Amino acid sequence: MDKWNTPLLDELEEGDWPSFVTEIKRAAEQSEAAADLLRQVELSYQDNTGHWKRGGVVGVRGYGGGVVGRYSALPEQFPGVREFHSIRVNQPAGFYYTTKTLRELCDVWDRYGSRLMNMHGSTGDIILLGTTTENLQPCFDALSEIGFDLGGSGAAIRTPSCCVGESRCEHSCIDTMDITYDLTMHLQSEIHRPSFPYKFKIKSSGCPNDCAAASARSDLAIIGLWRDTLEIDQDAVRDYVDAGLNIFDLVIRRCPTWALDWDAQSRQLRVNAEDCVHCMNCINQMPKALHVGKDRGAALLIGGKAPVVKGAMLGWVLIPFMKMEPPYTDLEALITKITDFWAENGRNRERVAEFIERIGLAAFLRGIDIAPCPQMVSEPRSNPYVFWTPEELEKHGQD
Amino acid sequence: MAKTDFGPPDYRRMLPPIVVENYGKWRYHTIPRPGVLEHVSETGALLTSVRVASPRLVSTDFVRDICDIADKYCNGYVRFTTRHNLEFLVSDRDKVDPLLEELAAKRYLVGGVGHAISNVVHTQGWIHCKSAVTDASGVVKAVMDELHDYYTGRRTLPARLRIAVACCVNMCGACHCSDIAIVGIHRKLPEIDHEMASKTCEIRSTVASCPTGAIRPDPKLKSIAISDEKCMYCGNCAAVCPAINTMDPETDGVSIWVGGKVSNARTTPELSRLAIPYLPNNPPRWPEVTEAVTNLVQVWAARAKPGERMGEWIDRIGWERFFDVTGITFSDKHIDDFSHATTTFRTTMQFRL
Repeated sequence: MDKWNTPLLDELEEGDWPSFVTEIKRAAEQSEAAADLLRQVELSYQDNTGHWKRGGVVGVRGYGGGVVGRYSALPEQFPGVREFHSIRVNQPAGFYYTTKTLRELCDVWDRYGSRLMNMHGSTGDIILLGTTTENLQPCFDALSEIGFDLGGSGAAIRTPSCCVGESRCEHSCIDTMDITYDLTMHLQSEIHRPSFPYKFKIKSSGCPNDCAAASARSDLAIIGLWRDTLEIDQDAVRDYVDAGLNIFDLVIRRCPTWALDWDAQSRQLRVNAEDCVHCMNCINQMPKALHVGKDRGAALLIGGKAPVVKGAMLGWVLIPFMKMEPPYTDLEALITKITDFWAENGRNRERVAEFIERIGLAAFLRGIDIAPCPQMVSEPRSNPYVFWTPEELEKHGQD
Repeated sequence: MAKTDFGPPDYRRMLPPIVVENYGKWRYHTIPRPGVLEHVSETGALLTSVRVASPRLVSTDFVRDICDIADKYCNGYVRFTTRHNLEFLVSDRDKVDPLLEELAAKRYLVGGVGHAISNVVHTQGWIHCKSAVTDASGVVKAVMDELHDYYTGRRTLPARLRIAVACCVNMCGACHCSDIAIVGIHRKLPEIDHEMASKTCEIRSTVASCPTGAIRPDPKLKSIAISDEKCMYCGNCAAVCPAINTMDPETDGVSIWVGGKVSNARTTPELSRLAIPYLPNNPPRWPEVTEAVTNLVQVWAARAKPGERMGEWIDRIGWERFFDVTGITFSDKHIDDFSHATTTFRTTMQFRL
């Protein structure tokens, strides 16, 4: 037992996995907020419930979000966390840092906050965890001095984030970090001033492995892919086979569309490019031998979200392929179309997926002026209840 | 007036020179040992990335510690991954072994690459969230103290395994597509403080917030009433009306979900499905949760074919056998009764007895 008298949390300092309790204690050595956080969380561990109040809008000048107001429900008992607001700080794309930058960030947070932070929040921001209302503005001012701006919160575009992309991955079909930075800069006002029915998240992954989990956790996923054929280095394939890779079990049989064949006699891997659905498995198995194609771009998926309210959704294919080259004006224009249409017609707290579910994908496509295509559905409808417009009836089946 | 809307630091100023020089030129990678990636560029450059577990909730001291290490071995650059790992990027091959030695000496865990458990994506829990049913960091710590050998590669797995923890069904962090998701749940009707509701609650928006139409106005009390037949404890109303309390330490608990993935490799992305509807919320070590997760990992690891993710394995053996081999009891709680329920009912004779 140490001076903190937190016997339950102390148990979480045992064991090999790095301990958040140890981290809180380290911060608590010099921060009363961290010390009272430790004590309040110990109480939660005793009585099995959280002790944060709900509500409380706080912020910094010129911004409608980026700060999450948080107050202890037991301020008399834990005055250090009476106000324990968190600041969402927009991370550099790809989560790369110089140590100089990180130290400057630590200096600011030591001065104005609890010395505790999340590297990173689920959406991607650096979360500076716990400061007072009074310290918000000076903390933000100091952050802006060292080049850090706020991220998104509330019914806004949330801080875009991405996988490591072309900076360190051979699979990446798009420059995820550049796209993320571009969109973040382009959407500054929409990120900082909530003006939508609900949150809208944007994430980008360089290939269909989707390491950023974009299709699951972003309303708009930008996922790289190619439309020509994957590249094969036959010598390198043979090297994998000679080194013991079971090419039949791990590659040929796992191809979802039977697009691959291994000729054991000539020791050649053949791919039928027309059948390939760029699932990535064969490339993942033999990264030295197989590579993504040359004609690269991205698919856009719309509507990925967690359960609240109408159930979890995976993103739906909206654009099967578009080239992704700077200055990304087509992409920016499309995002504006989507958010305008949704902002105009969506209900309060209705994510874009739920909005699409309510009005129908066909109506949504008309609203944003996108032509339907078969890649958008896993199969056409099986019910006969098709809507027709008077204009379509006039045409008697003629275009 | 302070400046606004200047955006995040330009990522280009954060990149180590080897990344700048080989940006978009990487050709392939290997995993020479657990937790270590070697990327080779078409220029011939070789970059070694050493992945390290982080508790995600860290002190500025922790950040300074890793900065010191990064200064010593990585010319002052470091990065984080989408799953909250640290990555030390080493361009000088001679520095890899000394780095690994220092990390080992300081008890950092190196791992999370390839067929392994990577770091656990999780939410704030009791640390910072107003609607947390359970703690998230504590569950992660308890579970990974058991399973860290699968992170470091000391024990191997058939494929990668992604675990996530969400402290309520909001599932911030999108754990709904994880191989194993651990989610805090409510099991009873929220309580309404009618006095407070009559003063602070906007009745119309509260009624509209309910996805099942379980809320109706109560004009007598100038409050609302919730139908116990329709409410499925999502908590959306509580986010709209502060007079509604969803928390109940007596009955709240933890659920386990399995078989989700986001990767398109081989099979399509999938949502996680309910495996265990309720376990007690039992800090500080959550023994029931830890045991259940360990069991799932071990049963899958023993039976899956090479390269087969949890969901792919279940898909092959069938849910009936999944419940059989994991020893989990199937109940009416597993049968969906929400929006897309009927799409989950079996319509084929292809099942096992």
